[in-house]
Amino acid sequence: MSNRYRIWPVLAFFLVAMSLEVAPMPEALAPWRPPWVALSVIYWSMHRPGRYGVGVAWLIGLLLDVLKGAVLGQNALSLALAAYVTIKLCQRLRVFPIWQQAISVSLIIAVLGFIGFWIDGMTGQLHGGLLRLAPIVSAMVVWPPLTWFADRFVAPRVRS
Amino acid sequence: MFARGPSLGMRLFLLAVCSILLMYLDHQRGHLQTVRQALSVAAYPIRLIVDLPSRAILWAGDSLITRRSLQQDNAQLREEQLESRVRLQRLEALQAENDRLRALLESRPRLPDRILVAEILSVDLDPFRHRLVIDKGMADGLYVGQAMLDADGVVGQVTRVEQLGAEAIMISDPGHATPVEINRNGLRTIALGTGDSGRLLLPFLPNNADVQAGDLLITSGLGDAFPYGYPVARVLAVDRRPGEPFAEILAEPTAALNREREVLLVWQQDRVPDEIVPDEIAPDEIAPGDDEEGTEEAAAPADPEP
Repeated sequence: MSNRYRIWPVLAFFLVAMSLEVAPMPEALAPWRPPWVALSVIYWSMHRPGRYGVGVAWLIGLLLDVLKGAVLGQNALSLALAAYVTIKLCQRLRVFPIWQQAISVSLIIAVLGFIGFWIDGMTGQLHGGLLRLAPIVSAMVVWPPLTWFADRFVAPRVRS
Repeated sequence: MFARGPSLGMRLFLLAVCSILLMYLDHQRGHLQTVRQALSVAAYPIRLIVDLPSRAILWAGDSLITRRSLQQDNAQLREEQLESRVRLQRLEALQAENDRLRALLESRPRLPDRILVAEILSVDLDPFRHRLVIDKGMADGLYVGQAMLDADGVVGQVTRVEQLGAEAIMISDPGHATPVEINRNGLRTIALGTGDSGRLLLPFLPNNADVQAGDLLITSGLGDAFPYGYPVARVLAVDRRPGEPFAEILAEPTAALNREREVLLVWQQDRVPDEIVPDEIAPDEIAPGDDEEGTEEAAAPADPEP
């Protein structure tokens, strides 16, 4: 870690991700909304595993729970798990070609989706059917542009 | 690299236990109101930011409107107002008559409800649930379970009140059931949401029930969720299946769900807060008639039926 480390680019990144997570979308497209916050957590814990670990992911998830009106702890749990898996695999993930990375990320998102599925089932809010799998696909699609954007514009500003 | 503190797996385990505890306390017990309140203050700005573009578009549309269309709107609104005032005159006479009859029957007169206009923030919470975020909260005296209407009918009810805003569930949410009655004959039943904002389902009426396409469903006031007598939906199709005990009945909500930007919040008379009455937002009592004998009994529950 260098001595000059800026937090605000990452903070802004997460704020944008949170906004995208609840931004209005046409009703037909809404199930296809990519899990922006989960992808951001995966990105930052892949590239800065020492700084953005499970604790930060958990806190972000708690905020996301309140933002989306979910049961408190639902997104916190799944984002902490996402950070854990990513950190465990980050050495390998970082050297993957981008398409392989996208597939691995969408697998992590799939695991999170199933956790969300269980929790919704237990709290009696299980609706949506097969369309619940849509974010797995959209995560795979948006991962390359997201990585490109973050690598190009956000990561260079974090350290100076 | 991860030498400090407990190991990564241990940390995840602890956080997982924490989350499960939180979920249990929040969902089963509802103990975490204060935590949610504190976090919601941080989350509300994000909701406002997200709402900003659509607000800007509305504002731009308002300011770029032509004089001609304003005049047209004006004329149309004036006409509508005239029409509804004429209807209101009749309604007041009917209300007075109704109160007299109720007095004869010695039942409590129905009380007017207090109403507040709230704006919907364009925020999508969950694609599979029909939830809304509105811009009125605890400061305006909202309470959980409060009925939410628009100009044409019932929209839903408030599910969570935060400091600055509130969350509400719409009647079309697949987890919502509205106690209704058929306006024509007073037959009571329950209308379930389907997850489609244009459809409600009435699964609990037998095949021989007296219901036909076009019937208006109004709130029955049972269950204390909604005040009596507001329109909910209109019956679209009645499918009587001889092999089944219950008919399948579809109805279409009268309210413009997902299309309006403003909703009305209704205080039932027994729930009007004593101290917080936000005057600056003009809580017009647009309920049918404010009668002199009605207003004293502020503590009386809204009486559904004589």
